Amino acid sequence: MPGKLKVKIVAGRHLPVMDRASDLTDAFVEVKFGNTTFKTDVYPKSLNPQWNSEWFKFEVDDEELQDEPLQITVLDHDTYSANDAIGKVYIDIDPLLYSEAATVISGWFPIYDTIHGIRGEINVVVKVDLFNDLNRFRQSSCGVKFFCTTSIPKCYRAVVIHGFVEELVVNEDPEYQWIDRIRTPRASNEARQRLISLMSGELQRKIGLKVLEMRGNAVVGYLQCFDLEGESGLVVRAIGTACTLDKLSSTSAFLPACNSPSKEMKESPLVHPPSHGCRSTHNSPIHTATGSRLTQNFSVSVPTLIYTGMGSGSAGKEGGPFKALLRQQTQSALEQREFPFFTLTSFPPGFLVHVGGVVSARSVKLLDRIHNPDEPETRDAWWAEIRQEIKSHAKALGCHAVVGYSESTSICEEVCILSASGTAAVLNPRFLQDGTMEGCLDQRIEETSPAGCGFCHIPYDELNMPFPAHLTYCYNCRKQKVPDVLFTTIDLPVEAMVIGKGCLIQARLCRLKKKAQAEANATVISNLLPFMEYEVHTQLMNKLKLRGMNALFGLRIQISVGENMLVGLASATGVYLTALPTPGGIQIAGKTPNDGTYEQHISHMQKKINDTIAKNKEIYEINPPEIPEEIIGSPIPEPRQRSKLLRSQSESSDEVTELDLSHGKKDAFVLEIDDTDAMEDVHSLLTDAPPPPGFYSCNTEIMPGINNWTPEIQMFTSVRVSRLSNITLTNQMLNKNFNDLCENLLKSLYFKLRSMIPCCLCHVNFTVALPEDELIQVAVTAVAITFDKNQALQTSKVPAEKSLQRASTDNEEQLQFPLELCSDPLASQPFSPAKEVLESASSHTGIPAAQRDRCNSWIELIKLKAQTIRRGSIKTIASLDKASPLAEGHARHRSVPCSTNSTVTVVKMTPLSFIPGAKITKYLGIINMFFIRETTSLREEGGVSGFLHAFIAEVFAMVRAHVAALGGNAVVSYIMKQCVFMENPNKNQAQCLVNVSGDAVIFVRESELEMVPVQSSTVISQPTSAGGDVTT
Amino acid sequence: MTNDLDIFVGNTTLIDEEVYQLWLDGYSVSEAVSQRLRAGALEQPGAGPGAGPGAVLHSDTLDHYRTCHMLERLLHAPPKLAHQLLFQIPPERQAGLIQRYYAFDEPFVRELLGKKLSKGTKKDLDDVSAKTGITLKSCRRQFDNFKRVFKAVEELRGPLVDNIQQHFLLPDRLARDYAAIVFFANSRFETGKKKLQYLSFRDFAACAQHLIQHWTLGAVDSHVDDMDVDLDKEFLQELKELKVLVADKDLLDQHKSLVCTALRGKISVYNEMETNFKNLSRGLVNIACKLTHAKDLRDFFVDLVEKFIEPCKADRWPPSDMRLFLTQYTGSAHALDAFRHQALWDRYMNTVTACLLQMYHD
Repeated sequence: MPGKLKVKIVAGRHLPVMDRASDLTDAFVEVKFGNTTFKTDVYPKSLNPQWNSEWFKFEVDDEELQDEPLQITVLDHDTYSANDAIGKVYIDIDPLLYSEAATVISGWFPIYDTIHGIRGEINVVVKVDLFNDLNRFRQSSCGVKFFCTTSIPKCYRAVVIHGFVEELVVNEDPEYQWIDRIRTPRASNEARQRLISLMSGELQRKIGLKVLEMRGNAVVGYLQCFDLEGESGLVVRAIGTACTLDKLSSTSAFLPACNSPSKEMKESPLVHPPSHGCRSTHNSPIHTATGSRLTQNFSVSVPTLIYTGMGSGSAGKEGGPFKALLRQQTQSALEQREFPFFTLTSFPPGFLVHVGGVVSARSVKLLDRIHNPDEPETRDAWWAEIRQEIKSHAKALGCHAVVGYSESTSICEEVCILSASGTAAVLNPRFLQDGTMEGCLDQRIEETSPAGCGFCHIPYDELNMPFPAHLTYCYNCRKQKVPDVLFTTIDLPVEAMVIGKGCLIQARLCRLKKKAQAEANATVISNLLPFMEYEVHTQLMNKLKLRGMNALFGLRIQISVGENMLVGLASATGVYLTALPTPGGIQIAGKTPNDGTYEQHISHMQKKINDTIAKNKEIYEINPPEIPEEIIGSPIPEPRQRSKLLRSQSESSDEVTELDLSHGKKDAFVLEIDDTDAMEDVHSLLTDAPPPPGFYSCNTEIMPGINNWTPEIQMFTSVRVSRLSNITLTNQMLNKNFNDLCENLLKSLYFKLRSMIPCCLCHVNFTVALPEDELIQVAVTAVAITFDKNQALQTSKVPAEKSLQRASTDNEEQLQFPLELCSDPLASQPFSPAKEVLESASSHTGIPAAQRDRCNSWIELIKLKAQTIRRGSIKTIASLDKASPLAEGHARHRSVPCSTNSTVTVVKMTPLSFIPGAKITKYLGIINMFFIRETTSLREEGGVSGFLHAFIAEVFAMVRAHVAALGGNAVVSYIMKQCVFMENPNKNQAQCLVNVSGDAVIFVRESELEMVPVQSSTVISQPTSAGGDVTT
Repeated sequence: MTNDLDIFVGNTTLIDEEVYQLWLDGYSVSEAVSQRLRAGALEQPGAGPGAGPGAVLHSDTLDHYRTCHMLERLLHAPPKLAHQLLFQIPPERQAGLIQRYYAFDEPFVRELLGKKLSKGTKKDLDDVSAKTGITLKSCRRQFDNFKRVFKAVEELRGPLVDNIQQHFLLPDRLARDYAAIVFFANSRFETGKKKLQYLSFRDFAACAQHLIQHWTLGAVDSHVDDMDVDLDKEFLQELKELKVLVADKDLLDQHKSLVCTALRGKISVYNEMETNFKNLSRGLVNIACKLTHAKDLRDFFVDLVEKFIEPCKADRWPPSDMRLFLTQYTGSAHALDAFRHQALWDRYMNTVTACLLQMYHD
């Protein structure tokens, strides 16, 4: 019985009038956890009841603590009839279970009802007393921290990155239960909300157990999704990257922070092969079951665009054997894992050695063929299959790991498309092996992979390329081969050298599909998928060239299935990498050269395209230095024939035919200008309007080329549903409509946010769905961040230089105890994080390079110091902690929770992992919330727009309230993972499901930090404190 | 292709000032869009080239209107705005939203001043709308604001302005204006007569402020209900005692000679004053004596104009002369030995003087 949960209901406010006669409410509260329920007294005749209840105590085991949400129901007492429910609050108490996160949840929560939305607020205080559990065979995983952030969280250091964890749980969907026929939709939605809360708790616990097995203590890049499969059930699945994290000592946590997020990632983690082979039972047998039962089991997998080729032969004399060695090492370390996948998208410098390219796999499944729908085995097998495929694609690219990995589904009726994608990569062996080889390898690594371009170098054998690609010598180091274009799903590495700014590039595509049933339907979809992948790829390539850029980051391709069509939407951020060759222009040519007017038309188009390219280069400030071919000494000839086709077309189509093996060798899609389709395509290329002056947009965390963010941020969600006109639909019409929908949406966003100019839309995340025939739904979540224009103009500094400078200064700051370090005789840590950085810094700090192996001992040292400090002055620490301006604010807020003049804490929300101009000082826990809202009076609530507008605003409000109650003032890595909207205008009804998540944090403005330097230094000891029981 | 659904929700609720004003002014979405188009909204940075004519604006306007509509419920009880969790709005913006929601058009309020804030009045708003050129929607909002404030402070203790400020978080000046409106609505002063048409809302608001300060219960006791809304009944009753000033012929003559002596050579309209003195004095004192009757109380401003302002205007008194006259007229009464209601007289005359001076213009 290792835990005691204590709950106190303080007060309510702004309650709705439940008794028409008196215009008042007789409210009381039910507090439920697991199977235990407590009730407060009825507070009669008030809309602002003051219950001030006793502490309700639940004695539960920690497994239950992890699984169950705390349910608080506010009711109106009625003497004669049943009590009416006013609304509910679900509180996830998980953040109270780890030592460093929140210690108390206390604040005003919106009371939520699925029909009426928010109905007043309730003030609740929740605490947990955890007892140490010595049971080795426990089922709980309390203490494992979860982060949505897809990089190492700011105030932590990764000691070991263990690797991929996944889990899924299945349950019957309450909406599809027989009982639904007799109960109200409201009751069934309540049941659904409760169930999903429970399932995500269970899922998190199970993932936690896997992490503990791997000896990790945290999950980073945690991505949890729901699949509403309908009759076959409700699936909650999650993936993440298990890590062992160390809280950074506050010296560095309180360093004046930098504007670019990844700057702080100086601590290089180690990838650590699991020391024992034990993995959860779920993911072991892969090809065993189910395959035969699934009649349609088509999988399309397109290693979309990969150019790589670090040939052992061509890479230089020394490079050859070295590379082989490198590969061996990496291989041996990673091959022990079932899936060497990482959900992270940004990494410490030096972690990524080479990036191969995007690998993806899709598979079409039939949900009604699941043999045993209540058990997870079938879905486990599906995903295992896809992951296996991804792994083999990565291998084909000479890579042993996949980074920036993600999974998604699209469901329509009984058909489900499973997708997975990531970026094949070679990781630094130093992070994979223990230190024995380091001496001999180090120098070569420095030689062979210079900072800033190393990751662009091809990782596989040039003579044995998996597909044809154009290779040149790296434009930066001139030593290694690079592809002409690079596509990845990760964020731009910090060390990458970029010219100019980046921009959001989207490929949009619709394909009509015949309505069909079951297998026939699945076959049709399966057959369409490769064509869609191909076209999406072509569009991306063309648009990239049109902008004069040569690399895509953060690529996310979403393919959604509807009744009568498929929609593909790819978003990525285009940049110009200095290491890659300058992209050639786009040339078009007609097929019938004799026709004079036609020729004229063609040349007109060509001119337009050339103009656009020139204009784009200007907009994005792409002005690479001219390098004559001879200097490069490239043995590779200029790209071939450009006469007959769109040049870029010819290039990409080559690859795709290769990829498209299952469909024969012929080009499925030849672009010729007298082909109307081709005409449309060229036109659509030119219809993409650049963002208006003063705006930039990208879908990555940071915009390449902008470093001087100012603190104003505005996160927003915009949703549009478009009805396609009824006239006979054609693919072109659909494409145009869909394209217009996205373009207009972007235009609207720019207009809305015009007061923030100059600003950049970051992490622009589009999701597309086909809720019904003829309806396309597009949802966008992004954050607009202002920046200082004056400084932005002088950003032509070489980024690598900057990163080095940055690294060195970081080191200087870290090396606050140089004496102790030098005199420290232990230093036997085999893994040396930040070594690369250290090397560059050694000249500054004056520490001999020989010492660098010991840098890990800083942490120990600081810890040691911290401990002594702590022992000496526990009390002062606690008070100092509160004395920080922020904590003070919260303390004040909390001490008077029911006071009417307490103002609402401002909570920032952002999809990014950082807050510009501020320092995240504490992670308080993961926010993972699921809401259903329904209405039976759609018109009265302002139609579908009014309904959804109010609902999204309510979701934001509830997220903010939970964060504030945890004592936080921001949510980072916020993501709206699902927004399923259904309407029935004839019945005047609508329903919407939303799933959001993020990390609750406390941040402090840099300006405020500077004012409290004395305090910050004393807070050193805080993070290492055993924590958690301060409040007990 | 049509957009069935089109929303934008920011973590910080963005409300375009311009659209907010259009919404407050009661324009429909399409009217607002065309107004914005005319105002050149699309030329602003951010609209971008080739933005579909009006489509972007239409979507933007609809969105703001929806937000405004959702906010309206909260604006009805401004303190709620600060505590609600649904919209994250910086405090200074909240204040701006409230202030502008409660701002009113003076021509409109002028029409409504002194009328009962009843359903009947609300029904007749279309006439007011037609007359003032303010949209009916906006008229209704303003009317509802008056009524809401009226209801909220009607039965509260303490100073009226403070109560309004506390319950509606309005800036000082706006709160004073509302106090005037509430005061007029409660006492139902007649302001609609043709003779009073030349008076603006500002004139009445200033008068109301004087009346509230000196003639209500609150002027003598600050701890009673409705202290600033209702006039001091006892005081009105006592005013009858002033009758003696005109009823007693000796007293009247004495008063006249005192005033004439003091003003001789000091005002340009001396002769007119001398001939008219008895009429004017009778007018002012009679007004005082009749204030106990509800009907006459309501006609207070009409009477001031008829009995005093019009005769003076006819004789073209300069305002400075009027000021001098009223000062002397009030002051001289103290020298009348037979007149014993000095305090009462001052309380009456000081306020009437202030009102008359405010109202004496073209």
